[in-house]
This record gives sequence, structure tokens and C-alpha cells, in this order.
Amino acid sequence: MPALLEITLKSTALVFVLLTSFAYLSLVERKFIARLQARIGPNRAGPFGLLQPVADGLKLIFKESITPAQVDKPMYFLAPVLVVVPSLILFAVIPVGKGPLFQLASDLNVGALYVVAVMGIAVYGITLAGWSSNNKYAVLAGLRASAQVISYELGMGFAIVAVVLMASSLSLADIVAAQYPGEYGGILGWFIFRQPVAAAIFVVAAFAETMRAPFDLVEAEQELTAGFMTEYSGMKFALFFMGEYVKMIAVSALFTTFFLGGWSGPFVNELPALSVVYFTIKVVVCLLAFIWVRASLPRVRYDKLMGMGWKVLLPISIENVLATALLIALGVPGFK
Amino acid sequence: MQLASSKLRWFLAMADFVPVFILVLLSTGLALLVLLISVLFGPRRRAQNATKLMPYESGMRPIGVAQRRLPVRFYLIAVLFILFDIEVVFFYPWAAAFRALGWYGFANMLIFAALLLVGYVWLWRKGALEWESVDKS
Repeated sequence: MPALLEITLKSTALVFVLLTSFAYLSLVERKFIARLQARIGPNRAGPFGLLQPVADGLKLIFKESITPAQVDKPMYFLAPVLVVVPSLILFAVIPVGKGPLFQLASDLNVGALYVVAVMGIAVYGITLAGWSSNNKYAVLAGLRASAQVISYELGMGFAIVAVVLMASSLSLADIVAAQYPGEYGGILGWFIFRQPVAAAIFVVAAFAETMRAPFDLVEAEQELTAGFMTEYSGMKFALFFMGEYVKMIAVSALFTTFFLGGWSGPFVNELPALSVVYFTIKVVVCLLAFIWVRASLPRVRYDKLMGMGWKVLLPISIENVLATALLIALGVPGFK
Repeated sequence: MQLASSKLRWFLAMADFVPVFILVLLSTGLALLVLLISVLFGPRRRAQNATKLMPYESGMRPIGVAQRRLPVRFYLIAVLFILFDIEVVFFYPWAAAFRALGWYGFANMLIFAALLLVGYVWLWRKGALEWESVDKS
């Protein structure tokens, strides 16, 4: 069973890398936002505050894990697991580098569909967390979150359809290949240039899906305290935190794969390991953009948010799919 | 014979998902481990009084239960989502096979999208997409 061993090793490495990135992403976010707000940010734990994630983790481990009396116990404990697992398993189909070595489920040819399906599962965790907490803030936040996430999933789904149209394949490896090397040469083959509308829709939907600012209404402190996490403490809270950040990384990785040419870059054919570096750089740029937006944009109102999802994103994304199909059928250069 | 080959095909298709299953097992295990860590290392205080285990409502004593009737807006959104999400799923195989289908596929999808549009316009005019104006009309 060498194949099984290889898969297990690869998935262990993947989970390890994701957890480390999650820990340091939380530090990077605090540091970067601090700089944008003319502060220094955490700088006490280790040099430049580099041990801050370790300190945070240890603190959470040694906190008392309170289970409030009114909660629905099985659901209450299941919910954080249901939030973390979908974010982690999204990476199974994402090619993080050139060749099957850098893609876990490299034989899976329905990658794009898998991505949409797994994204859908994450809603359950949030809704169940809110409902099982049996707390008014949490119930309201859970409802808001589920309505928001499913509304924007439609736009994201249609944006991915446009990408699938361009690549003529549901496999993420093929989608990357369709952007590289490309007869148009260099970065002009990237779908962000050939599918700008889909890319824009994907970005907006990505913010709503990850419930990050400016769409972080479920965690609007002024009205809902901590939203659906209100009744969660200690490591249960840490799981939600982990879920949010890993999902941010996953969505950035998906944006990179769908629109930024994935792992492609100069000299990847000579040195395949370089492809992982390119992929990482692109993902980090997306993540920094995530954080930058949080520091710059105010939160939107809930009715505006829902109106945006149903009245703007949905029709535009459907029209974009049809327009793309028309251009492909006509054989327009760039869409052949 | 027919049955055997279809079973074989099913197994082969499932084999592609083996890495996904392993990753699911690993990440579920990790999540459960994190939950367990909290129980193992967290302080276990004997004194658990009713106030501490009360739902958090910014220090107010909760009145009534939280799990009660919900605004119908949320159900409406859920139903609309199911409808439109099924449409999205229909688009996927079409998109993957579009280059092979050509104009025939395009015409078919145009009819499908037109039907979708009729429903969508009807929903909009009915006010199903308005979040605020529930009691209008």
C-alpha cells in the first residue's frame, strides 16, 4: 500500500502547513492592520511578536471550556467540527504546484463541483452553532450567516461556471493548464484578464462566504456581540477561529487557481518546485488584500447585502456565463 | 457480467475519492483532538453556578427562549437558494461540455436561461427579493 502511505503523508503535511499558516496569518493580520492604523501591533512575545500565535494557542488551551446549561449538546459540539473540516478538505483538489505530486486528489476530475459542494457544507456548521447555542445573539447571527452565505454561493457558483466554460473541464489542474502557457503568452492567459467579470463576482462572493469585513454582519459586535460564537469558549472558540482563517486561505488559493494562473510562472518547467513558490506568493497577495479591505471598508447594512447578492451579483453572473458562451461559440480570440 | 462491470466502474470512480476520504478523516480527527485538548488541559472548576451557565445576553437575565419562531424571510431565502442552486448545478456539465456542444448547446441553454429569467423577474416583481418591504403590497 505505498500509494495509501503517500496520500496519508501528503494529507498530513497539508494539514500541518495549513495549521501553521493559519497561526501566522492571524499574526500577520494583527500586524498589518496595526500598521494601517499607525500602531505597532503585538511585539512582546518573541522577536517582532513572532511567538504571539504560540502564546495565543497556549492561552486558549488552558482556558476553562464552559458548556452553558441551555445548549443542545450534540449539535453544540458538532458545529465547530463542521466549520473546520470543510475549510481543510477544500485543499484536496487544489493543485498547489506543477504535477500530481502537489495535488492531493489529482485523479479527481470533478474538482470545481467538489469545491462548490464543500463550500455548501460549511453553512451547516455556522447555522447549527447559532441554533444549538440557544442564545438570542447566536440564533440571530446563525440565521443571518446562513442566509448571507447561501445568497452569495449562487454568484460564486456562476462565476466558477464561467471559468469551467473557459477551461472546458471541471478539473482544477486543467483549469490551471488552460491559463498556462497560453497562446497569448505570460499573464494575459490568466482568467482574471479573460474573465474580469467572473473574477470580480468571485472576489465579492469570497468576502461574503468567509464572512470577512465588509460582510462580517454575523460578527457585528455592536448588535450581536460575538455572533454565533457567543457561547463558545476555550478551544471550541479556537476551532471557529481556525475555520475562518483556513477558509480565507482556501478561498485565496481558489482565486489563485481560477483566476491568477495557479502555480504558473517563469521557469516552472525547468524547476517544478518553483511552482509552489509562485502559488504561495499569489495566495499571500490575496490574503493581504483580504486584510487590507478589512482595514479600509466599513460594514454594509444587511438589506443592502442581501439586495446586492440577489439583485446584482446573481443576474450579472448569469449574463456573464451566457456572454462567455456566446464569445466561445463565435470563436472570438481569447475565448477559443 | 453487466452488474460486475458496473460495480467495478463504481469502485474505480470511488478510488479517485480516496485522498479526499483520508483528508476528511485526518481533519475530523484533528478537530476532535482540539476539542479534547480543551477538556484535558483546561481548569475543571467544581463550582458551576446557574449564573455562570446562563446564556450570555450582555449581563441581562434572558427573557424567554432563544429558539423561537423566525422571520419568514429566512425561509424564503432558503427556498429560493435551493431553486437557483439546482440551476447552477445544471450549468456545470453544460459548461464542461460546451465546446463539444457548440451552437446547439448554446441555443438550449439560452432557452433554459430564458425560463429562469421569467421566474426571476416574477420573484422580483412579487417583492421576494426585497429584504425590508415585507408588508408592502
